Amino acid sequence: MPKAAYQPAKFSPIARRRSLYTVRLWSVRHAKSLEMVYTALSAVFLKLHPFWEFVGYKRAEKPVMIAEKIVKSFLFDCRMCGQCALSDTGMSCPMNCPKSLRNGPCGGVRPNGNCEVEPDMPCVWVEAWEGSQTMKSSENILRVQPPVDHSLKGTSSWLRVTSDEAAKNSAAVGEIK
Amino acid sequence: MSFFPIGEHEEPLPPEPGHTSRGRLERVLRAGEFAVTAELNPPDSADPNDVFERGAVFDGWVDGINATDGSGANCHMSSVGICALLTRVGYSPIMQISCRDHNRIAIQGNVLGAAAMGVNNILCLTGDGVQAGDQPGAKPVFDLDCMSLLRTIRQMRDEGKLLSGRKLTSAPQVFLGAAINPFAPPYDFRPHRLAKKIEAGAQFVQSQYCFDIPMMENYMNSVRDMGLDENCFILAGVGPLASARAAKWIRSNVPGIHIPDSIIERLEGAEDQKLEGKKIAIEILQQVREMKGVSGAHVMAYRQEELVADIVHESGVLKGRKPWTREANPDFEAVSEAMEITKEQMGEEIEPSAAVAAVSD
Repeated sequence: MPKAAYQPAKFSPIARRRSLYTVRLWSVRHAKSLEMVYTALSAVFLKLHPFWEFVGYKRAEKPVMIAEKIVKSFLFDCRMCGQCALSDTGMSCPMNCPKSLRNGPCGGVRPNGNCEVEPDMPCVWVEAWEGSQTMKSSENILRVQPPVDHSLKGTSSWLRVTSDEAAKNSAAVGEIK
Repeated sequence: MSFFPIGEHEEPLPPEPGHTSRGRLERVLRAGEFAVTAELNPPDSADPNDVFERGAVFDGWVDGINATDGSGANCHMSSVGICALLTRVGYSPIMQISCRDHNRIAIQGNVLGAAAMGVNNILCLTGDGVQAGDQPGAKPVFDLDCMSLLRTIRQMRDEGKLLSGRKLTSAPQVFLGAAINPFAPPYDFRPHRLAKKIEAGAQFVQSQYCFDIPMMENYMNSVRDMGLDENCFILAGVGPLASARAAKWIRSNVPGIHIPDSIIERLEGAEDQKLEGKKIAIEILQQVREMKGVSGAHVMAYRQEELVADIVHESGVLKGRKPWTREANPDFEAVSEAMEITKEQMGEEIEPSAAVAAVSD
């Protein structure tokens, strides 16, 4: 007797509690406001650039990373890949995909929009597409993401974005001068 | 000094202008012909003849043979191995690379090796999860995804650089492909995903099994509106269902295949279900042939590979065109004969190129 729906042999090795992705789904539904919060937060971080310089980005790394981990793990079920793509993926963390796809859904999405590998979980990318369409930067999801740099795993994405942005700004200022 | 000194006139011909590979598939597609590709069922053996036999059933009916890379997360002979064997006898394989089993170091190495063996087409896939196969305890790699894989190989080909930036002395000249599944949600994102794949480097795409023509038509409408069919060759996936039971089994056991109830009802109502399955495949193939923006078909007849020739023939989609056939090379025989004769008459061996020249005269 064939099974009613495709059942994978084993569940994903990523331990996942239903309660965790309830919050995650809420975050995707509120992608628009979270995007605003993120934009404000990144501006504050950039303002603090002299402070980070004074403390030293390396020394600030650990406390910021811990704070980032707590906040993002709660809101997005974050995997701390260290190169956050949330603002490009509709506030749905792509590292929660069992295949860790960063560029869109695979061909195995079930007709009900759930994951091929974890039948009870809504597909991360179906969520991402819905979330991205509510966001201001809805076009970002169409950008091709580079491969994950696994050497950055467990580091703070916020600080990296800030230091990169600051470096870009100072380069631009240098050019004008 | 190289091991085999290659004369100037013995080097491989450059690709045609505007082509990225020397392959037949690219030439057929760029010439505006309706291309047909098929999927080889990979053997669970170490016998090369298994590959040659399974390739021979497509002889003269297809422009490319897909060598699957652990399809359905089940272990079979590797796609690099199958391609190596197929290129030996002149077939034009499409090497599939799935991101499930290799990291970026292994993949780039395989691309170079395959290109060196004469593989002209590479299909970049994410791959099924390990949970779908018979060894669910395996470690899923997924270092790259299909998109970053496309970009990596395009960089190797166009810029002659590895992902690290290290220079290649000779770039792999390959025709890059990807997969599409218009039949899985989120439906309105699917055409955008194709656009992304084209941006990442896809030159042709093969679709998942198409059993739902209205759904395919819908997808193609958005694809045409976005003008994607002009930037990429789209090959629609077609295949026969062996029986209604098999169709139901596929629906519940293979991820990502959409079979509408109407198809299953039609199979159940038929006297000869296998024949009906073939008829359905032929009808769908004829319908996609007429669809604007579809440049070819990918015929997948898993464990019924012998039907591919029938389906292609009876559907008439090739319109009389005869794809490459493997046949004894008369020139080759003439050349070896000429060599034998000179050996007998002159008592000394001659260079093969001299023999070729003698025969040409």
